[in-house]
Amino acid sequence: MLPTNKMKKFSQKHLLGIKDITAEDIQLVFETADNFKSILNRPIKKVPSLRDITIANVFFENSTRTRISFELAQKRLSADIVNFSASSSSVSKGETLIDTVNNILAMKVDMVVMRHPAPGACQFLAKHVNAKIINAGDGTHEHPTQALLDAYSIREKLGSVKGKRVVIVGDITHSRVALSNILCLQKLGAEVMVCGPTTLIPKHISSLGVLVEHNLKKALEWCDVANMLRIQLERQDIKYFPSLREYSMLYGLDKERLDALSKDIVIMHPGPINRGVEITSDVADSKHAIILDQVENGVATRMAIMFLLAGRA
Amino acid sequence: MESKIILEKKQLEITIDRLCFELIERLGDFSDTALIGMQPRGIFLSRRIKNRLEHILGNQPFLYGELDIAFYRDDFRRGNEQILPSELKIDFHIQDKKIVLIDDVLYTGRSIRSALDALTDFGRPSKVELLVLVDRKYSRDLPIQPDYVGISVDTRSNDKVKVEWKENNKKDSVQIVTNQ
Repeated sequence: MLPTNKMKKFSQKHLLGIKDITAEDIQLVFETADNFKSILNRPIKKVPSLRDITIANVFFENSTRTRISFELAQKRLSADIVNFSASSSSVSKGETLIDTVNNILAMKVDMVVMRHPAPGACQFLAKHVNAKIINAGDGTHEHPTQALLDAYSIREKLGSVKGKRVVIVGDITHSRVALSNILCLQKLGAEVMVCGPTTLIPKHISSLGVLVEHNLKKALEWCDVANMLRIQLERQDIKYFPSLREYSMLYGLDKERLDALSKDIVIMHPGPINRGVEITSDVADSKHAIILDQVENGVATRMAIMFLLAGRA
Repeated sequence: MESKIILEKKQLEITIDRLCFELIERLGDFSDTALIGMQPRGIFLSRRIKNRLEHILGNQPFLYGELDIAFYRDDFRRGNEQILPSELKIDFHIQDKKIVLIDDVLYTGRSIRSALDALTDFGRPSKVELLVLVDRKYSRDLPIQPDYVGISVDTRSNDKVKVEWKENNKKDSVQIVTNQ
């Protein structure tokens, strides 16, 4: 008899946000990603699991890392893929989201990976179309695969996430990475703090159970891991701080600040890095930074997510 | 439901000993040979064989690994159960090696087909042989036969062969469970 594990199963049909999944789901993703990571380090980096699946990557917003990461993960799983970006499509001719996606699905697509500027776009799609949906970032709402790969990277570097102190620094208001990270880290039993200028921290964020700190030095002294977010100038329609230079002086991480700490901390960044703004080059390239490990782990965790979702009836 | 024990603890030990001596008889000094247990259930048998062989052979080393076939199975997305991977441990090159695949029960042969596929992704072995504890005769879906057999049994398709190990917090035994 072929063995199957009756105990564990991914609880959701889609991956819309970290909010919907359980700590057990996250552990399942990590354990599966471990296997994929070992595959990515051998000469033949490909398995035939998803050879009968077609996946559409639908990107209504620019992306380099996430898109390449998803695409590589899909190719490593032997899935067939179609890529679609809003700038070169009929969306610019006035087609609605549902029409666009239904047209893609009419070509027999089983799974859709979507990035969209509107929060909740993936939930909306999951309700109205018949395919598995993976959220690759919806506006300022969630970016679940980024949170999973971040937590996976912390687990890899520090052994576990439970009990660790993680500070997320920067533009919390406009960051989907921040919200997904907070939810994911809390589900895994970590303590989370957010740090940034008052204008970039949502007023009621402490109701999520996170600590709020406006002094970077204090935040760094407290934490085991610092996740430095990018300043999202493209989402800021008004000025939230006087100048990038001032932001960098108050909230930028440089070698001096890092060396002044009484312990070693792990530095993360979801990319793309604005060198010299939220993080200086010497810190980004130092041994404390696991920024490139995050990118590597991104492929393994995304393979795990697509494998688990596709294998679910 | 009716269950019949076909191997109990002592008989299981004797069978494993015999399988070890058969391996030694056919493979000689185990140079260029690797034993590979199949996850998730074949590893209990393969680890027993590994320990026993180490005891019998003394200082003579041989290669040992464990293979997971979850990503190569032909029933992915075809059942209701979620297929989950197990740990894979092969830290040597299998190129031009003689491989002995080890699993607990041979039934349809589909797991072994997946294992052959998975092995190919690691290199090109010079030969692959199959060792199983229980061979369920006349039930193959594919043209796959074992080279080393612990015990052969005739079973019906609604029977189940249950192999339990003390490493798995059970009593060592092999039994056939019949659904009436």
